[in-house]
Amino acid sequence: MKVGVVIFPGSNCDQDAVYAFQHEFSCEVVTLWHKDHDLQGVDLVFLPGGFSYGDYLRSGAIARFSPIMQNVIEFAGKGGLVFGVCNGFQVLCESGLLPGALLRNTSVKFNCQNVFIKPQTNNSLITNQLDLNKALKIPIAHGEGRFYCDEQTLASLKTNDQILFTYCNEQGIVTPESNPNGSLENIAGICNHTRNVFGMMPHPERAVDADLYNTDGRGLFESVLQLASASR
Amino acid sequence: MTEQVSQKNLATVEQAQQLGLRIEEFEKIKEILGRTPNFTELSVYSVMWSEHCSYKNSIVWLKTLPKEGDKMLAKAGEENAGLIDIGDGLACAFKIESHNHPSALEPYQGAATGVGGINRDIFSMGARPIAQLNSLRFGNINHERTKWLVKGVVKGIGDYGNAFGIPTVGGEVYFDDCYQINPLVNAMSVGIAKVGKTVSAIAEGVGNPVYIYGSSTGKDGIHGAAFASKDITEDSAKDLPSVQVGDPFWEKLILEATMELLETDGVVGMQDMGAAGITCSTSEMSAKSGTGMKVWLDKVPMRQADMKDWEILLSESQERMLVVVRKGFEKQFEQIFEKWDLTYAQIGEVTDTARVQYYMHGELVADIPGESLVLGGGAPVYHREYEEPTYLKEIAKFDIQTISDVFIEKAINQNQKSAVEVAKALATHPNICSRNWIYNQYDSMVGTINQSTNAPSDAAVVKVKGARKSIAMTVDCNSRYIYADPFKGAMIAVSEAARNIVCSGGDPAAVTNCLNFGNPYNKEVYWQFVHAIKGMGEACKRFDTPVTGGNVSFYNQSSDNDAVFPTPTIGMVGLVDASKPHMTLDFKNVGDTIYLLGQSQNDIASSQYLVSQHGVQYSPAPYFNLEEEYALQQAVKKAIANNSLLSAHDCSEGGLFIALLESAMYRGLGFDIVKSDESLRNDAFLFGEAQSRVVVSVNTAHAANLEQIIAGLGVSFQKIGTVTSGDLRINGVSFGTIQDYKTPYQTALTNYLA
Amino acid sequence: MKFKAAITIMPHDALLDPQGKAVTGSMKNIGLPSIQNVRVGKHITLELEAANETEAKQSVDNACTKLLANMIMERYEFTLTQQS
Repeated sequence: MKVGVVIFPGSNCDQDAVYAFQHEFSCEVVTLWHKDHDLQGVDLVFLPGGFSYGDYLRSGAIARFSPIMQNVIEFAGKGGLVFGVCNGFQVLCESGLLPGALLRNTSVKFNCQNVFIKPQTNNSLITNQLDLNKALKIPIAHGEGRFYCDEQTLASLKTNDQILFTYCNEQGIVTPESNPNGSLENIAGICNHTRNVFGMMPHPERAVDADLYNTDGRGLFESVLQLASASR
Repeated sequence: MTEQVSQKNLATVEQAQQLGLRIEEFEKIKEILGRTPNFTELSVYSVMWSEHCSYKNSIVWLKTLPKEGDKMLAKAGEENAGLIDIGDGLACAFKIESHNHPSALEPYQGAATGVGGINRDIFSMGARPIAQLNSLRFGNINHERTKWLVKGVVKGIGDYGNAFGIPTVGGEVYFDDCYQINPLVNAMSVGIAKVGKTVSAIAEGVGNPVYIYGSSTGKDGIHGAAFASKDITEDSAKDLPSVQVGDPFWEKLILEATMELLETDGVVGMQDMGAAGITCSTSEMSAKSGTGMKVWLDKVPMRQADMKDWEILLSESQERMLVVVRKGFEKQFEQIFEKWDLTYAQIGEVTDTARVQYYMHGELVADIPGESLVLGGGAPVYHREYEEPTYLKEIAKFDIQTISDVFIEKAINQNQKSAVEVAKALATHPNICSRNWIYNQYDSMVGTINQSTNAPSDAAVVKVKGARKSIAMTVDCNSRYIYADPFKGAMIAVSEAARNIVCSGGDPAAVTNCLNFGNPYNKEVYWQFVHAIKGMGEACKRFDTPVTGGNVSFYNQSSDNDAVFPTPTIGMVGLVDASKPHMTLDFKNVGDTIYLLGQSQNDIASSQYLVSQHGVQYSPAPYFNLEEEYALQQAVKKAIANNSLLSAHDCSEGGLFIALLESAMYRGLGFDIVKSDESLRNDAFLFGEAQSRVVVSVNTAHAANLEQIIAGLGVSFQKIGTVTSGDLRINGVSFGTIQDYKTPYQTALTNYLA
Repeated sequence: MKFKAAITIMPHDALLDPQGKAVTGSMKNIGLPSIQNVRVGKHITLELEAANETEAKQSVDNACTKLLANMIMERYEFTLTQQS
């Protein structure tokens, strides 16, 4: 499958994503420059982590108006697959492709550590191969990752099975203590109601290389590849 | 026809003094120029001959440090950072630098701009930064100002490094009253370049254009000169920022643009702009090449209106680079700058005059022989006097017999503290407890190269993508030891850095240093400096780890009279063979055998235990012998190479007990150990900080094998116990369970800072 | 008397404002290239009890210089309105 990794000015996990897709999962990867308007015929657009435009004003607020995002929004509108991690998730929320917003962590501090997340459904591009009973150890690294939405939106996320991951403890139990940033109902990742746009704060691409002694993120990539090949 | 330099505002000796120059230095400038300098020229000399740029009070001694090594690609001081060959056609660039005084004034921006500066040093050599470390010193943690400084510095380092997108993989922090007024903020960056593709700070090729790129220039960092200029008004003083603001987002763009410039063949030379901004970069680059440079200051993109020529020259605005471009590449370069939305301008060209000539609106405002400004050229070099500090007499008086030992089983007299209570107190001591509160604010995993996140080790180990190797890196300096004995203490700092790398499975390769001392004109301070350099040199020679460069920071004062502890921070890198996992510090299985490699000593000198539990401020440096240290490290290396070890962790602050605790804690295990030597004091055995000791664990079935490997290497070793499922026992006495220590250890810093 | 203060905190004019600079740059992306020199500050409102306006001003000044603004990097101004 052909993956396009968007590079905004200030993106800094773009090369990690390229490395993961290319080296670990043998995908064809192209980078998509923020000033361009060409998605180069990719099957999946990946919005990487980082500090697009310095994350000034609000995380993702300025990136949402970059030229390439106009094409990404159009692509998503036609059912194209879009996956955002961390800053990518923030950009997707700011651009309205995903519901909700990501607020400052309740600790008011940047927080980088391994956390555990639990997949909530197999019905998505990024979770279809995951064991719903197993907690995955995936790193987070963000200052603004507290997922928030209004009650009505939360209800519809639940009704439509749009909650993909929740923060949990090592045993897979969702507890207040295992919530690293104060996210509403421990939500770590969601999709849109048409199930083609995905966002999560934890970084699965940081947990795929055996040399780093944690490969819990591989299942997400395997899910993407599984579904992509199945749809061929 | 020779052009006449501006004769407006001829400088006076009073101005020279106000700018920090000495009277004889002013005379020397007149001699060099053959005339009286104007104010702009004087300003240029004042910054170039400052301690920071000229190393005038330290260079004599820095030159005695070992610089030769078979891996060295650049000699110390020759480039912006050290550069070593790591094989596979790759080079590793690394350097540590201080930002102490800016951080004392405004901790957030001071620390942030320190991180920015050190990373620019790395990428201006053509190396892409891959990892950062830092070494921090603060005053008493119970003081409100200390808490404010810690929070500001940590947030500053985090916000800058995180957005810049390079992982912070290691560091150290100590709290001591001597840093109350003057905290230390030392930042280190490590980068990777292709051998033969690195860039020097040179200005070759007459007629080649000189570009400035990055951010525009404001009136940052020119306070001293502004006040000496005499034409300052209350209004203009208000426009003078006393701090510089860092923009990591902009620095990231500059990094990427710089990497693209390097892919062309158009880069002749490059230097970042730090202290003394345009002045320093233009004069150093041309002096290095024996060329000259014409610079049109009015072409420099400016952030503030009405800037004067000397303000532009001296500005320390952040995120700016100077590049000498091979003629014909201008268009290509400008396209790259525009792609990354950077501010840029051609501000000059290389000449053959051997002079730096600065113009403002067509007028020649300064005309100076470049060589006369720089270190190794005309910059002054001083031999400072030194004399043995009087406090060393206090230190020599220390007598261990006056300190009552802790008891393990039961007290013999009522003065004795219980070892369990001391153990619990040390586990939450601010200089020993977990640094999670700090570390979690740094992105340690961006770049997907940090191999120590899930496999903790004494030094940080990072993977070099595209090569089958890893680099181990560490920063170390126990300044209390150096205060007690600068020579021995500095040897210990180097040894501990090397030991950390060896315990991670690495081979120590080279050193960068950040020498934080008090006022060099104070003879006792200078004595500390001289002896620390001697000790450092001695140890670096033994470990074959040449000093590739670094930075000197003088004038770090704890009060009007006292200097901070002498703090020569050692940054060290080493190579790790990536054909097998690196060595980790955590115990692996219940029942594994624990050995102590190295000899226990009846020594508690300068330990955190002695200071915090007995309030003893004056005691010698702990036991240390360089040859024993060397032998120990060879033994650890050999044991790791033979796959004999399951874990290795060195004994440092808090001694053997804390080393065991840290090894046990990661997996929630415990330990059951025995002190078999009756002649050894309990406190020395458990909490003493005698050097050259490493705690290792082995599969019990392989214990005999380990003993065989180590026997004959001249290193003493002792089987001290076994790994348990969580109970802590010493001589059969329960010290509680690992859970009793884990939460207090992990939350102590958070609680102190609350 | 009860007062309400509306405080505006801005980075010093002479200092680089990275945030303002990035926002200025993005104005062309939303079709407003004529907008220049964006500077981003903070707006803070608070309520306080004070005997009179002078005392109220003093308290707000104190709050600003000690905590709300970083006087090394920022300046502030505020308006006071009497609530009751």
